[in-house]
Amino acid sequence: MEGTSREYNESVLALGNALDIEFEEIKDWNCCGATAAHSVNKELSLSLPARVLALAERQNFSEIVVPCAACYNRLTTTQYELAQDEEKKKRISEIIEMPYDGSVRILNVLQMLQKYAVDSIAQKVTNPFKHSVACYYGCLLVRPHKILQFDRVEDPQSMDTLMSAIGANTLDWAFKTECCGGGLSVSRTDIVSKLSGNLLKDAKDRGAEAIIVACPMCHSNLDMRRPEINKYLGEDIEIPVLYITQAIGLALGLEPEKLGIKRHFVNVNLI
Amino acid sequence: MSKIGVFICHCGENISATVDCQRVAEELSKVDGVAYSIDYKYMCSDPGQTLIKQAIKEHNLTGVVIGSCSPRMHELTFRKTCAEAGLNPYMCEIANLREHCSWVHEKGEATTEKAISLVKMLVEKVKKDHPLTSIQVPITKKALVIGGGIAGIQASLDIANCGHQVILIEKDPSIGGHMSQLSETFPTLDCSQCILTPRMVEVAQHPNITLYTYAELDSVDGSIGNFHVTIRLKAKSVDPKKCTGCGTCSSKCPQKKIPSEFNAGLGTRTAIYVPFPQAVPNKPVIDKEHCNYYQKGKCQLCKKVCPTDAIEFDKPDELLKEDVGAIVVTTGFNVLKTDFFPEYGYGKYKDVITGLQFERLASASGPTLGEIRRPSDGQIPKKIVFVACAGSRDPAKGIPYCSKICCMYTAKHAMLYQHKVHDGESYVFYMDVRAGGKNYEEFVRRAIEEDGVKYVRGRVARVYEKDGKLIVKGADTLLGGAPVEIEADMVVLATAGVSNNGAEQLAQKMHISYDSYKFFAEAHPKLRPVETNTAGIFLAGACQAPKDIPDTVSGASGAAVKVAGLFSQSMLVREPLIAVVNRCAPPLFSTCVGCFMCETACPYHAIEHEEIKNRNGDVIKTVAKVNPGLCQGCGTCVAFCRSKSIDIQGYTNEEMYAEVVSLLNN
Repeated sequence: MEGTSREYNESVLALGNALDIEFEEIKDWNCCGATAAHSVNKELSLSLPARVLALAERQNFSEIVVPCAACYNRLTTTQYELAQDEEKKKRISEIIEMPYDGSVRILNVLQMLQKYAVDSIAQKVTNPFKHSVACYYGCLLVRPHKILQFDRVEDPQSMDTLMSAIGANTLDWAFKTECCGGGLSVSRTDIVSKLSGNLLKDAKDRGAEAIIVACPMCHSNLDMRRPEINKYLGEDIEIPVLYITQAIGLALGLEPEKLGIKRHFVNVNLI
Repeated sequence: MSKIGVFICHCGENISATVDCQRVAEELSKVDGVAYSIDYKYMCSDPGQTLIKQAIKEHNLTGVVIGSCSPRMHELTFRKTCAEAGLNPYMCEIANLREHCSWVHEKGEATTEKAISLVKMLVEKVKKDHPLTSIQVPITKKALVIGGGIAGIQASLDIANCGHQVILIEKDPSIGGHMSQLSETFPTLDCSQCILTPRMVEVAQHPNITLYTYAELDSVDGSIGNFHVTIRLKAKSVDPKKCTGCGTCSSKCPQKKIPSEFNAGLGTRTAIYVPFPQAVPNKPVIDKEHCNYYQKGKCQLCKKVCPTDAIEFDKPDELLKEDVGAIVVTTGFNVLKTDFFPEYGYGKYKDVITGLQFERLASASGPTLGEIRRPSDGQIPKKIVFVACAGSRDPAKGIPYCSKICCMYTAKHAMLYQHKVHDGESYVFYMDVRAGGKNYEEFVRRAIEEDGVKYVRGRVARVYEKDGKLIVKGADTLLGGAPVEIEADMVVLATAGVSNNGAEQLAQKMHISYDSYKFFAEAHPKLRPVETNTAGIFLAGACQAPKDIPDTVSGASGAAVKVAGLFSQSMLVREPLIAVVNRCAPPLFSTCVGCFMCETACPYHAIEHEEIKNRNGDVIKTVAKVNPGLCQGCGTCVAFCRSKSIDIQGYTNEEMYAEVVSLLNN
């Protein structure tokens, strides 16, 4: 959030400010382990998120917002797995050398907006976002459904509802929850080009003027890997990719710079 | 002095694996009043039963306790054994050592101790037992069949042909059920209507069958041999006696866009309608939910045009009371609709249809008169993808079971399509092809080899629409999971077979058990497949689980035989385990004080007033009396009786007390 997806961080904070949501950072937080930890060591993959959750408990947070979809996924999965297994919970608590209770509510950005801002957003819109958009949820926000219990797994609607509230025309398209290639961004760019390319192509064919995301990984693949994608597709697709917080920020009349709009590889020419 | 025989069964290893049966027998032999005690591997087998009979005779036993499986399983068997040896069958008690002990506990000392206690309790009870004689009640030799699909039709005809009266009720305006919706049937491809409609007519014309369509079960009470049912005859708004079935009303009805249930939503019907031309009875009903008059108070066009003045608005439902001796439940099943499947478009793509809808497309009586045309634009699809196991065998969808009929009807669909669209291409995505059944596997091979249907082993992950085509994305697991993408014109989902609407409420009304999918439960899945746990109520067809036509029909005939068997007895022998109000010598006559609290408590209206008179005919005392034909032995009256004048035979307070004391003395 402070590296490649600075603009997500900036836009979440700016939007929070505009909607009177105050954020406080969990002190001494650590990496959630991302894809790497759970493909290498089960206990490590549970300990890392558990430490973050334990810190949140210790610092008296009853609810935390996790903008990154991968972190949200790992934290929620850890909470779920430890809730199923008392033994495991004890073991992890020993590893992180902290008491862990599992009582913190974990929200992704969409859930946060649904819970605290869905009614006020429409009233605060000054520049309706009058564009056709393809809302792209990817994998990590909705799957596995049994654990995350968020939205409709095959055809999620939460982002569409929020975008409609700011005046956007949300498209019914086929790749809402298809994979963008995820962490293969660096090691197998060819696969990312293909997977992201296919979904970008469908969005374009259906007349999307922008793709809206709520995941830094999806964003970087669709935005940063655009040259490779275009090479794979054999055409130049210039559709910008915006975080939902950026799109809502623009509609609320926030300054584009404060939303990090200019940090994208693919220019955002919607304003 | 009691002479009790104790017989401990090993039940193979079911009991002996965790209970030391030999020790149980030894311990019991030390109990006061036990004259004989032994254990044996299979007490229910022929040598086992002989052992019991011989012991009764040799030791002049006055009572028997069997430590075995649940009395639900073999109480009857052992009581019969005792009776054959000359002992009153109600002097035989079963200690449930299997379900209540060996199956639910680990092997160990405590388990054996528990088994000993269980048997000891029954020994104390049997000491207090009195010989009882069975009650004989007359049987109402008339059957009620609920549901007029092929199962109900077959059961009704079979029972009626045995010479018994049958009442067949069907909730829809016509009998015929799902089978009447089918095009051709596997594995012979004979036309469903051609084999079904003659039977529908036979039902309507059979002198022993009374058919009520548009009718539902309202309530049931009573028990085997003597059920009292109330049938709700839903108001049809058309007098069937006056109606000639001319059809003028339907042709004039202004409500023309109602999705036709018979055509699985692919065609439309009017508010006053006959579901299909071959309907039995072929007379219309008014669907109140869609009728202009019932909804808005204006119209009555049908009444104006009816040449025989048969339309009768605002008539209430009628409640019909009938006494029947047996009930056959044949309420059938349903299939999931496409809107159950988010990954296949939540029902928003018109050309993604269910197998049942495809039946209507392929049927000569269907909306396209048997031409395969896709619903969106009426074009003939050149490429169809069939998806087997849509929902079935998928725990994530809540349907872990196999729907059984889909493999076969999907092969049939693809075959029919190839027969009708010669340049068409068809794909079937499947998990496994389950073609168990006579000539079934050959039928599937024929679809593949002769008709060129392409079978792809794999699941379809998603279906979406693009440029007028349905993009089907799946995997071919025989090619190492290679992704497959097909641009299809139409997709047919073999959606899972599920229990019918209202199955749960119906089961609760009749007090029959059902499983977690709300399919009705058999008394035993193998050995009593057409009986329920409620005596006198039988099952047939797809209300038990998805079934094909041959299985449904054989089940229906099976249920019919059970009913005919029951009706072949002149009297029904009932267990004498009923309530009795005591009687004693004058001047008391009975400890009953005639408060009749029992009468208010009895759910079966079995309490009667008995007047005790002197020689002059003057009433001395009025006391309660139990009607043995109505009493179900529930015991509520016993709990209510303030003077402790009522007891349940076979479960008297004294006998129960003996059991409890035996436990406390341990």
